[in-house]
Amino acid sequence: MPIWRLGIWWFLGSEIVIFGGLIVSYLLLRLHHPEWGSEAAHTLTWVGATNTVVLLTSSLTVILAHQGFERGDLDRARRFMGLTILLGLVFLGFKSYEYSHEIRNGLVPAKSLFWSFYYLMTGLHGLHVIGGLVANAVVFRGLGKGLNARRVESVGIYWHFVDVVWIYLFPLLYIASSGGAK
Amino acid sequence: MDTKESFLRKYVFSVDHKTIGLQYLITGLVMALVGGLFAYGFRSQLAWPNEPVLGFGQVDPDLYNSLVTMHGTIMVFWVAMPILLSGFGNYVLPLMIGAKDMAFPRLNMMSYWTFFLSTVVLLSSFFFPGGPAKFGWTGYPPLSAQPGFSGVFWGGHLWILAIALEFASMLMGGINFLTTTLSLRAPGMSLFRMPILVWMLDIASIIFMFSVGPLIAGAFMLLADRLFNTGFFLPAAGGDPLLFQHLFWFFGHPEVYVLLLPALGILAEIYPAFSRKPLFGYKMIIYATIVAGALSFIVWAHHQFISGIDPRLATPFSITTIIISVPFAIAVFSYIATLWRGSIRLTAAMLFALGMMAEFLIGGVTGIFNGSAAADIYLHDTYFVLAHFHYTLFPITVMAGLAGLYYWFPKMFGRHMNEFWGKVHFWTTTISFNVVFLPLFAIGLAGHQRRIFDPSLFDYIAKYQYLHVIATIGLIVMIIAQVPFLLNFFISMRKGKVAERNPWRATTLEWVTPSPPGHGNFETDPVVYRGPYDYSLPGLKDRDFINQAETL
Ligand code: HEM
Ligand SMILES: [Cu+2]
Repeated sequence: MPIWRLGIWWFLGSEIVIFGGLIVSYLLLRLHHPEWGSEAAHTLTWVGATNTVVLLTSSLTVILAHQGFERGDLDRARRFMGLTILLGLVFLGFKSYEYSHEIRNGLVPAKSLFWSFYYLMTGLHGLHVIGGLVANAVVFRGLGKGLNARRVESVGIYWHFVDVVWIYLFPLLYIASSGGAK
Repeated sequence: MDTKESFLRKYVFSVDHKTIGLQYLITGLVMALVGGLFAYGFRSQLAWPNEPVLGFGQVDPDLYNSLVTMHGTIMVFWVAMPILLSGFGNYVLPLMIGAKDMAFPRLNMMSYWTFFLSTVVLLSSFFFPGGPAKFGWTGYPPLSAQPGFSGVFWGGHLWILAIALEFASMLMGGINFLTTTLSLRAPGMSLFRMPILVWMLDIASIIFMFSVGPLIAGAFMLLADRLFNTGFFLPAAGGDPLLFQHLFWFFGHPEVYVLLLPALGILAEIYPAFSRKPLFGYKMIIYATIVAGALSFIVWAHHQFISGIDPRLATPFSITTIIISVPFAIAVFSYIATLWRGSIRLTAAMLFALGMMAEFLIGGVTGIFNGSAAADIYLHDTYFVLAHFHYTLFPITVMAGLAGLYYWFPKMFGRHMNEFWGKVHFWTTTISFNVVFLPLFAIGLAGHQRRIFDPSLFDYIAKYQYLHVIATIGLIVMIIAQVPFLLNFFISMRKGKVAERNPWRATTLEWVTPSPPGHGNFETDPVVYRGPYDYSLPGLKDRDFINQAETL
């Protein structure tokens, strides 16, 4: 395995255990708090669902970008990277709409433990999306200057990770609303 | 590569793993003095509760709590980690596997400066209103979760930030160790020809990486509790302070092994060299360590036997805790077998290495008491526990660290440290260490709790006050005993007896390089022909060892 790929996986490994710690903590407490179900019912499920689709699509464009790069078709790579960045921005757009909607309704981090978890987990994830967008943008610019080598693949792996984390957060925070008293 | 490097490039923002290793070592040594000075501050308070402490003034409960918290924090994260893992790891690991440098030299430089920044952040908390953190090195909520509880606002935030930076630096370091080992080994250096120290550093890095995540998550929650009034750890808000303890000790217990493994690795290099015998049970040690590393993830709750966990959990955690001593017993027996009937040379490095094991055994044996839930219910949070963990941490950190320093000093600076003063240093340090901590077992068995600012307030322990006095005098002697060491260290750097390449006639690769090694380490690319501990091979006429890079 080339050393840069090892590096990326090491980095992701340490990120996974951080989110793992949060998710396990959430689950442990969730088991003792059935009433979180009715709190979770106040999340905007349609926004969460839309964002899930947006991120999944962006995972596809990342793969297509990488494929373009492998075939030596740098234009194609650039086009799909651009699309990925756009989708990331769409995600953040929806997310900010959602946050502001919730905050306006008094659903703030200090309201209850559920919302504490909600904001911490989605907030941390959001920071990772921003980080991923910056990395994508750097590589996008580099592609124009002919700097590519393995950077496309590195940011791709990272973006998939951001995506996978969301796939866990979505059911945990948005649709696990059953089981509680409605 | 022979272009002249600027001063800054060479000594400050160096990308050479050897310079970075020394930077970590020196920063760690400085912090050891700071941590030791803090210990002197609160230990004097314990011995003479009503008198001002020279250099600290009247120690009030607030200052006492700050000093204890910062002492523990500094010793574990700013002394033991940087010296054992980053310091020796950076200096020795690439040399030992025949690499020219780390796999990511720039990342390596960044890791040191991130660490340096963390040091500044930590110490700066003394200068903020409210003072530094006062909630103990474990940072348990609810005390730590609301600034109001301990009266520290900035100090607590900075403490969390400093630890976060330190962890980031260690994660950057770990990736370098692992990648370097996997991809930059010299031809012939198969995994099972690597010196034990390299194995230990890599396994420690892996353990660190997999255990630290939950604590980072916990730190995020703690910070949110402090800043945004979330309630992760506050019972009133539905949160659970025990959750933090789980997250902390899921990391905290493996952390002990993160420190122990490099220390055991250092011993594995020193014992064969100074007993002229091959290391006994090379592969067994490696397998045992891997098993212990894996087990270390399922013992954490022994720190919570009395903090309200489900009693049904106590049994499995007792059992796994006691089982985990088996792999380490295997390693220790292998070491003893290595020494058995060797022609032992008692250099300062060897003395410290032997002392490390002797003292560590006391720590290990007393740990069995804490590991069984029944005894721990009585002993928890007494000075018995405190004595126990100092009998493990002190040998690991100080004695193994010093053994390594005396051993590799000739390689690092091309000169020898003075052996006579080295031996004086060893005996004074070891004796005073026992004077400090042996009495604390007795105080603890008598029921003396930790973190009591003035023991004379309690009748049942007041009669043991003289033991506190003895311990504190021991500490003062111990601090004075470091003066000859520091002088020896800095004077020998310039004026010590010039060292050859391989003064100890050792077998591992770092000893074929010039002392100190130049940029790029090796003059000719080394090729490895044999395992790392070929001492006293039959058939060699004129000498009793053969280096990994030599052919017969
Ligand atoms: C130089 C000799 C040392 C002395 C005299 C010393 C003394 C002490 C004492 C008396 C306490 C307990 C204070 C209290 O509970 O009221 C303490 C706490 C502690 N020490 Fe040391 N120590 C020394 C070295 C070390 C080393 C080398 C390490 C670790 C590598 C270490 C780690 C700790 C930790 C983790 C605590 C717990 C802090 C807390 O309760 O928050 N100490 N030390
Ligand atoms: Cu433990």
